[in-house]
Amino acid sequence: MAQNIIDVKNLSKSFDISSKEPGLTGTIKHFFKRQTKSLKVIKDINFEIKEGEIVGFLGANGAGKTTILKMLCGLIYPSKGSISVSGYLPFRRKENFLKNITLIMGQKQQLIWDLPPIESFYLNASIYDLDKFEAKRRIKKLSEMLEIDEELFIPVRKLSLGQRMKSELLAALIHEPNILFLDEPTLGLDINAQRNLRKFLKKYNKETNATICLTSHYMKDITSLCKRVICVHEGAISYDGKLELLLKKLSPVKEILIVCSSEEDAIKLENSGFTVKNKNKNEITIKIENNSITSSLKTILNNFDIEDLFINEPPIDEVIGKVLIKKDYDI
Amino acid sequence: MLEYRVEIALWAISGIIPFFMLNIWTSNNLNESINISDVMLSRYFLCAFFVRQFSVVWVVFSFEEDSLMGKVSPYLIQPLNPFFRYFAQHLAEQITRFPFALIIAFFFFIFNPESLWIPNLGILLLSIVSTFLSFLIQFLIQSIVACLCFWTEKASSIERLLFIPTLFLSGLLAPVVSFPAYVKSWIYLTPFPYLIDFPANLLSGNDTNISGGLSMQILWIFLLFPLFKKIWSEGTKKYTAMGS
Repeated sequence: MAQNIIDVKNLSKSFDISSKEPGLTGTIKHFFKRQTKSLKVIKDINFEIKEGEIVGFLGANGAGKTTILKMLCGLIYPSKGSISVSGYLPFRRKENFLKNITLIMGQKQQLIWDLPPIESFYLNASIYDLDKFEAKRRIKKLSEMLEIDEELFIPVRKLSLGQRMKSELLAALIHEPNILFLDEPTLGLDINAQRNLRKFLKKYNKETNATICLTSHYMKDITSLCKRVICVHEGAISYDGKLELLLKKLSPVKEILIVCSSEEDAIKLENSGFTVKNKNKNEITIKIENNSITSSLKTILNNFDIEDLFINEPPIDEVIGKVLIKKDYDI
Repeated sequence: MLEYRVEIALWAISGIIPFFMLNIWTSNNLNESINISDVMLSRYFLCAFFVRQFSVVWVVFSFEEDSLMGKVSPYLIQPLNPFFRYFAQHLAEQITRFPFALIIAFFFFIFNPESLWIPNLGILLLSIVSTFLSFLIQFLIQSIVACLCFWTEKASSIERLLFIPTLFLSGLLAPVVSFPAYVKSWIYLTPFPYLIDFPANLLSGNDTNISGGLSMQILWIFLLFPLFKKIWSEGTKKYTAMGS
């Protein structure tokens, strides 16, 4: 049984936010009498993450996902509550803790802009006390996994976004961390680059048993990488559990398009007690609950003359979209 | 690459204030009032130029920009204080400036051959140490001001306030010896005269209290370093990772 590597209890974070009215009067007022209010962005959250787990943090913009990641990696100081990551208090930023983690932010970069990525890799290798031989070995291994080669020797400013992101990943993983905090890692990447990145993360997790905490607005990232999701709504956790269960809960029915051999059969089917979504001549769409799908289909196939049949899954983005606007999911 | 080469040359040229000041002093015979010969004064300002080249600091501006743009965040989760990066950057740029500073000195001696001198090895080594200590003091002062970015978004404005005493009291515009005696006694209690005046006097061979000057430089480093550590530790608790 895997051990808990992240343990969060009653965690809260507040920020002091000042607001300014527009125009010159607003600026003068702001200068002499600033209106500041304390905004609680994370509200008493609790969760645990086991070693080797890949957990997706879902939520609308401003829900607090990134703030949680920033507190987990020790970048910002919590206002209340406790966090333990790999046995350390993240904010103390102890050397051994920092050598165990990495944070990748899709929209931020750590590579030196005017130099080839390889220079940044060697710099990071020195920061993490790796000797040149070991650094070379890891760069070779990771560049093979990420499928980058010539790009290592081209100034960062001349690389494409996808190549840069791969190089960022390499720079962030050169010290082989066992906890990865990824904030929108596929932001701005094309579909192929996104797929490659996901493939790489899966492989990295499998080979190193690294724990991955991920936020992303691309549902494909979440569905292909995470078995477990934590949904954050206005700073509180609205759901923490298996993604599969959440999807079942949110979309309990399937839509089935049935093409009957005649319009009469379609009318008969319409009046046979199923929930009908719509009907057009000999085509009829009905809704069937997930748990009775097999028996219902058996009945239809035995009693009606059917030409064709299509089962439609609701789009995952639509389903997850519901999570972002709802406060609680009791599953 | 041409842009970078021009930029490096411009850096070096941008530090030539001491030569302007030399011109003002000598053309108005101001040096007579403080009993320094033309030759010693020109050596002083050449040395002030050299000290300035190898002790100039801009960490507050770099840190402020990085902090506001969220670039500090990845550095903060590495097992190395981000100020080491800026420190290394400054050292690297000082090395880059060196050949340009030599070229400027070469032309200076072409036009002022009477000022040519070769300092003895001991003095040269002490001057290098003193210039490095001056750099450390300035780096620590600016780093402390830079840490104010955690409280105010415009810490560089505070640095601009410090720039005025630095300009007047460091010896960049005039040797500190030219100030009235009662002002001098106060100036020597501040870190400013140990930034340019002391190392420049030491290198140029002017009469100066070597052990006293070096001790004051070390004392200021010992005072400023814990202050930097404290303000860094308090400041990072305030960090909100804005822009990232």
